Amino acid sequence: MNTTRAATIEFDCVSKRYPGRDEQALHDFSLEIPAGTFCVLVGPSGGGKTTALKMVNRLVSFDEGDIRIDGRSVRDLEPVELRRGIGYVIQQVGLFPHMTVGDNIATVPRLLGWNRSRTRERAVELLELVGLEAADAKRYPAQLSGGQRQRVGLARALAADPPVLLMDEPFGALDPITRARLQQEVRRLHHEVARTVIFVTHDIDEAILMGDRIAIMREGGMLAQYDTPDAILASPADSFVEQFIGEDRALRRLALRRVGEVELEPDGAGDAPRVSTATTVRNALSLMVGSQSDSVCVVGDDGTVKGVLRLARVEELLR
Amino acid sequence: MTAAGPVIPNFGKASACITDNRAFCWGWVRAHWHDTLEPHLIQHVELTFVAVAIGFALAFVLALLSHRFRRLDQPVAIVAGLIYTIPSLAAFLVVLPIFGISYTTIEVPLTGYSLVLLYPNITAGLRAAPADVLEAAHGMGLTRIQTLWRVELPLAVPAIIGGLRIAAVSTVSIGTIAAIVGGKGLGEPIFIALGAPHPFRTEIYAAGGLVVVLALSLDLVLVVTRRMLVPWTRA
Repeated sequence: MNTTRAATIEFDCVSKRYPGRDEQALHDFSLEIPAGTFCVLVGPSGGGKTTALKMVNRLVSFDEGDIRIDGRSVRDLEPVELRRGIGYVIQQVGLFPHMTVGDNIATVPRLLGWNRSRTRERAVELLELVGLEAADAKRYPAQLSGGQRQRVGLARALAADPPVLLMDEPFGALDPITRARLQQEVRRLHHEVARTVIFVTHDIDEAILMGDRIAIMREGGMLAQYDTPDAILASPADSFVEQFIGEDRALRRLALRRVGEVELEPDGAGDAPRVSTATTVRNALSLMVGSQSDSVCVVGDDGTVKGVLRLARVEELLR
Repeated sequence: MTAAGPVIPNFGKASACITDNRAFCWGWVRAHWHDTLEPHLIQHVELTFVAVAIGFALAFVLALLSHRFRRLDQPVAIVAGLIYTIPSLAAFLVVLPIFGISYTTIEVPLTGYSLVLLYPNITAGLRAAPADVLEAAHGMGLTRIQTLWRVELPLAVPAIIGGLRIAAVSTVSIGTIAAIVGGKGLGEPIFIALGAPHPFRTEIYAAGGLVVVLALSLDLVLVVTRRMLVPWTRA
């Protein structure tokens, strides 16, 4: 993973109270996001996730504390200059309806004064990256589907190759199938060109699926827990987190791992159900329970048997 | 009001159509196109263009100001609304003592009407940019001025052209009345023909018809302009 273009982001004891409100929107919030990390802010509404996100590009101000990108306070930069260096994706996309897809993508490069040919090349490159065609550059947003629009929104945010990407519930308005596809592609994109991503969602499933790290926030803008998905599912910090991630957290943890990644026992049983190495342990478990078998037989892509996964081994994984 | 030329036909030599004052005599229109109808049509076009152009410039500046300073919007809109309730005839007569029988007396009320018709359309247009679009613009680092010129104004074009259509058509129609204070435009031959002992029907219909044709033509030009300037809604 190439992280040369990524930046660390540090929230240092940040507090914020909106005028006219009693409760703080963010309370003494500290978070360190290493360069290249896909960090998901998740929690119930009123948890301050979007507030925290918008502080990074100074769409929202903060009262106390500091936010640093690569050690530099966001307050030391002109807001306009700061924002041009940070990709920003929102739920409603906000494409400019009067501009073609190509012109939309070229927005920040033009603000930064890139020349015409470099801008055009970049637009074509990005269209391909987000799974659209070069010919789509000439279309208007009104001619695109919701999923295509969010792809353009993503391309526009990535246009000037920013080291930081902020995504505010980017898939919230999409249908489940489009959403799942875009989730996969954003993960893939993150592996190809790692940036430091802050991704806001209220959906814990999305957080577990997308995040290298998850910051769970609770009402009053407080950080409840900040860790990898596996660590949070294995040991929730308190009853709030436990409740938020759900009673099926053991199964969710198993869904994070594929049987191909688990240490298997040598082939033994003959009639166990067969699964491919890409199957999640959770689905393998489901198959065992469903077929009243205490093991599954793991088969590689070439059809050879890799080994056997037993129920007892699954239980060990959860310890 | 005096006739600029031989507008009242010589009944002795005129055709039967004219002497009988039938509904419409093409012969009269052909004979008097160059000395009566054409010059007044050109004056009318001029009156309309000057009034709409100045009215637009003023309305545009006012709309930009009230877009920037929102507190201005309501007072300006109220004053504009009040001005529009003044009947056009009264407006010309109010201005008359100030500038006398002159071009200015015609243009001041006409400009005022097109201003008050354009202002609400331009402000509404500037507000037409959806909140998510503005948030994206802001979040990407467009300055306020860049947002205005690159986002808000282009998105206001449909509403602005809508306002121009109303302003152009109503200025053409109100401009007809302007003849009573300045003797200019297509209203002039209409008033002269109406003033004759037996109102001369052909002249009234010919000049009135030209007013309608002019209004429709300007409207058509603006509709075509909108189609060219606003390709994104033709998805």
